[in-house]
Amino acid sequence: METARETGVPAQPSSDSGYVAVTFVDTGETYRCQKRVGLLESMRRLGVSGIPVGCRSGGCSVCKIEVLSGSYQQFRPMSREYVTEEDLAAGRVLACCIHPLEDLTVRAIGKLGRIIARQCSNEAR
Amino acid sequence: MALNGVLRPGHAQIRVLNLEEDLKFYRDVLGLEEMGRDDGGRVYLKAWDERDHHSVVLRQADKGGLDLFGFKVDSPATLDKLEADLQAFGVKTERVPAGEMLGTGERVRFEIPTGHLIELYAEKKDVGNGMPYENPAPWHPAAERGIAPTRLDHALLGGVDLDGSLDIFTKVLGFFIVEILYAEDGKTVVAVWLSCSTKTHDIALIRLPEQGKLHHVSFWLDNWDRVLRAADIMSMNDVPVDIGPTRHGITRGATIYAFDRSGNRFETFSGGYIAYPDMKPLVWSIDHLPEGLDYAQRKLHQTFLTVFS
Repeated sequence: METARETGVPAQPSSDSGYVAVTFVDTGETYRCQKRVGLLESMRRLGVSGIPVGCRSGGCSVCKIEVLSGSYQQFRPMSREYVTEEDLAAGRVLACCIHPLEDLTVRAIGKLGRIIARQCSNEAR
Repeated sequence: MALNGVLRPGHAQIRVLNLEEDLKFYRDVLGLEEMGRDDGGRVYLKAWDERDHHSVVLRQADKGGLDLFGFKVDSPATLDKLEADLQAFGVKTERVPAGEMLGTGERVRFEIPTGHLIELYAEKKDVGNGMPYENPAPWHPAAERGIAPTRLDHALLGGVDLDGSLDIFTKVLGFFIVEILYAEDGKTVVAVWLSCSTKTHDIALIRLPEQGKLHHVSFWLDNWDRVLRAADIMSMNDVPVDIGPTRHGITRGATIYAFDRSGNRFETFSGGYIAYPDMKPLVWSIDHLPEGLDYAQRKLHQTFLTVFS
């Protein structure tokens, strides 16, 4: 039986396979995120603040994003108070509730996202 | 008589996006006891040391948040009196029939100006805490299952017209102000902590731009060690933690804020001090909110004022 000890290099956990690139149009930054992990959780684990972190459970909407390109999959319910059928049809979703399936281009549009975008544009001035 | 009128918070009915997933969270991680399910599909739970039938009701919905928050009063006579007092104050009330909520008597329901439904009731079935009323042990195995708070403690509710809701609690329902947080102008109340007992708060109100919002429902733990144990259990179960473990400057309570599976914030809370109605309220100014919120880190967590359900 082959073990990590024999090869000297620990095997990469299987969940670490399958990365995509997620680009934020407001900042131009791109992050490498796992397909099998919720987008917000990936960002949180990277320690970056491209998307504000709130309840992480589909209820508060601060992590609302607009997906401008690329496909994704919803894996948990989102509060209808903040994500309407119209939103869903237009790619406006909560980042804590979706997995990326391929490279994504997104914009943070939650109430805190707008603050971060504003701070970014102020700093750019 | 030491305590009369409104006695304590008695139930919170919480909306959840996936009932079975949230039931697992409230029962197996938070460690509440499942007490039953009604014809409407609502699930009833209670903390292990509570003696009344339930304190948390979960309802499947397409959005999170709080349906209603109920307080137990000392008698049916008090219920009638407070109903009349509310009406005299200009608050519209309605009676919810006994049995609409499992094990619960008639309730007087009204909406407060921050957009929340508040209920008063005098009777709820005494099911005991799992130990006898004669010569009981101090605890039993349920006290160690999950986070295992002993009781529902309080809630923080948010909305636009904080002053209107504050008036109802203090001028009609007999609550007193324990601590209060003012805006820069020294006049606008940003948040207020109110007691109907000797707890530092039985209800708290925060001024928010949206109506009828739940900031958090809080559950009591006996000490700081239990709060740290709760932090371990949260991390073991991937519970999204918001703030803590730390100590609030306001109320002095040891705390963790975290979220259920539907984005409803809950708190595991311990400590504070004993408040009496003759004590002067403690006053905070908004520039001291960082240590008021998180005394250990003196940090103004942005989510405190922006994330609610």
